[in-house]
Formats: sequence, C-alpha cells, structure tokens
Amino acid sequence: MNYQFEFGWLFEYYPQILKGIAITLELIAIGGVAGISLGIVCAWVRALGPAWARRIVAAYVELIRNTPFLIQLFFIFFGLPSLGLQLSELQAANLAMVVNLGAYSSEIIRAGIQATPRGQFEAGASLAMSPFETFRHVVLVPSLERIWPALSSQVVIVMLGSAVVSQIAAEDLTFAANFIQSRTFRAFEAYIVSTAVYLVLAILLRQTLSMVGGLIFPRRAAR
Amino acid sequence: MIEFTIWDILRNLLLATRWTIVLSLVSFAGGGMVGLALLFLRISRRKWLRGLAKYYIELFQGTPLLMQLFIAFFGLGLFGIDVPAWLAAGLALIFWTAAFLGEIWRGCVEAIAKGQWEASASLGIGRLQQMRYVILPQAMRIAVPPTVGFSVQVIKGTALTSIIGFVELSKAGTVVTNATFQPFTVYGLVALIYFALCWPLSKSSQILERKLNVAHRNH
Repeated sequence: MNYQFEFGWLFEYYPQILKGIAITLELIAIGGVAGISLGIVCAWVRALGPAWARRIVAAYVELIRNTPFLIQLFFIFFGLPSLGLQLSELQAANLAMVVNLGAYSSEIIRAGIQATPRGQFEAGASLAMSPFETFRHVVLVPSLERIWPALSSQVVIVMLGSAVVSQIAAEDLTFAANFIQSRTFRAFEAYIVSTAVYLVLAILLRQTLSMVGGLIFPRRAAR
Repeated sequence: MIEFTIWDILRNLLLATRWTIVLSLVSFAGGGMVGLALLFLRISRRKWLRGLAKYYIELFQGTPLLMQLFIAFFGLGLFGIDVPAWLAAGLALIFWTAAFLGEIWRGCVEAIAKGQWEASASLGIGRLQQMRYVILPQAMRIAVPPTVGFSVQVIKGTALTSIIGFVELSKAGTVVTNATFQPFTVYGLVALIYFALCWPLSKSSQILERKLNVAHRNH
C-alpha cells in the first residue's frame, strides 16, 4: 500500500464540518423532542385509547418499524409532493426522523406503561382521577423513568441513522464529508474524520441523555 | 413517451429484491460467524481480549452504517484493489451485523446462571467444552427471538448499500422513479416489499418470545 495520507484539507474545510455537525445536532434535537412526544401520544393511545385508534397506531408502528429509514425519507421527500405536500430538505429530514422515532419510542414507552402495576391505575381511579389524569400524573413519569436507558439508545440510533439524510441533500455531517471528498478527492480521510466525529457525537449524546434523565427523574439520582 | 404500468414497475422492483435477499442472507450468515468469534472474545478470561471485543462493538455501534460502507468502499481501494460495490457492501454489513449479534449473544450467555459454569467446571470439563455442551445449548434458546428480531435490522440495513451503488431494492426504486416520474407509487411499492420481507420476521420474533416466556413461567 503506497498511499500517502493527507489531512491538510482539514484547515481549509473545517467550517463545512462544523456546519454539518450543527445541522446533525439540530436534526436530532428537534427529531428527539418531537419524536419522543409523538411516541408518548401513540403509547397512550395504544395503552388506553379506543379500539379503532389503537389499530391505526399499531399499523403505523408496524409499517415504520418494518421499512428502512432511507425509503421513508425518499417517500416523504420525493413521494409526498405529488399529494401537494412540498417540503424542503431539512423539513423532510426532520419529519422522517420524527415519524421514525415516534414509532420506535412508542413501543418502548408502551413497554414501560405495561410494566406499571395494575393497582396504580386503580388507585388513581379511586381518587376520582379520570383515566387521562391518572396517566398524566401517576403512570407516565415512572414509566418513562423505567425505560429511559432504552429510549436513550434509540435516540442515539436515530442520530446515527440520520447520516442518510445527506441523500436528499440535507447538509448534515455526511453531506459535508461528501462535499469535501468531491473537492479534495481525499475520500478515505474525509470519511475517517467524519466517522470519528460521529463516534464522539454518539458518546456525548448518550452522556447528555443520561444527565437529562437524572434531571427529569430526580428520584433515580437520589437513589 | 413510454407508459409504465404498475406491473412493469413491480416486476422490476421484485427482480431487484433478489439482491436485497441475497445480501441479507450473506450478511447474516457472515455476521453470525464473526459475531460468534466476538462472543468468545467478549467472555474470554483474558482482559485484553475482552477489551478488544468491547471496543470493536463500541466502534461499530457508535458510528453510522453509512460511514462504515463508505470506508469499506473507499478504504479497500487504497490497497490498489478495484472494489466492486457488492464486496464493500457485503464486508461492511458482515462486520456491522457481527457487532450487534455478538452483543446480543453475550447478553444471552450471561443470562445463564453462574452455577452452570461452576458445576461443569467441578466436573473437570474444559472451558471450551463448557461452552459447547453446557452453556450454549441453553443460551441458544434465549437467543432465538432477539436474533430473529435483529435480522429485520439487517434487511433494512441493506437499503443503505444503494448509496455506494449496489443495485438492490432501494437502488431499483430510485432507477425506476427516474424512468417513470412516479415517486409516490414507486417508493410506496418499495416500502411494501420491504414490509413483506420484514414483517413476518418481526412477528415470528414476537411469537417466539412469548412462547419462551410461557416456558419460563411454567418452571
């Protein structure tokens, strides 16, 4: 192998990489918060909603979990305009991530709700709380606390999966790597650097999420 | 302009589905073998071997599969080999699958009670044979549902190989879209084909898990 590694381009192109990192972080911040919110709503419907709504949510979850994120992204970006819904690259990327994380997180959160002892629902009812109030004040937070580690891993998986949004020209970190390799022809170096950045981002995101968990669920931190 | 019927589109997509299936099978079989080796490293008694496997898994689970594909595609080229897309796709998917399967299986092996290791050690059985005759047969039972479940991730993972130019279902979807200008129909059909491949696996993983739980409850 007589290949000369060359990282000099970093000095010229680091603004692109930083911009890519910013967009990747922005995508996962919006996708994470909105996706988990959607997941909570879907989990509530599946656990306590009317039968017809439960079936719709179940179909949505199964459909998303059994198709690749790339195809969901293409369907939203290229397919939906024929229904009159034209989205920019970043909007489409965000929507795809929310829809994707919503399905996965609803399954995780539902597992947390199902692990809630029956007596908790009954206790809420005996205090004259409506099913929704019981869910909101009694069931939800301990359920989320129970599954927070699993939910955190799913958020990290979605962040790593977001690398494919570069395929619809959303200018994330992978897009920056592609841009740099097309300018410098240093494909291997560009991808090694961005892979390392992704690894660091994944580790930082995991730590941030466990810190956030400690803040939202102070009982866990106290234990 | 040529008119394309739904049947024309579907036929072309189904022809490309072959390659999605072949690539999934190759990745799963190859990933299983490398994953088994990783499992042995991960539970080895030598600390540096355990560390090695741990970092391998951390690396592959902490970086995007797409990047791994790019590195395989462009990295192998550095050795002066002309890398066809299928080779890079296969290798990257095998090593990626191995990292996840190795970690899933480690969990299953560790779920086996420690007393089983000790009991077989007290019978003077060597460590490899303890694995072979005592631990793995029990661990395999627990491992089936999550392993089947992960096969769905492998199939979905093969969609990314379209980006480095391997022509499978997703790539065929893009090509057919470019010819027909019907992205809604084409990507809808592509999604349905993936669903038809993945859903039976997801379902059987769930059913297997429930069966296993029942068996546990009866104990």
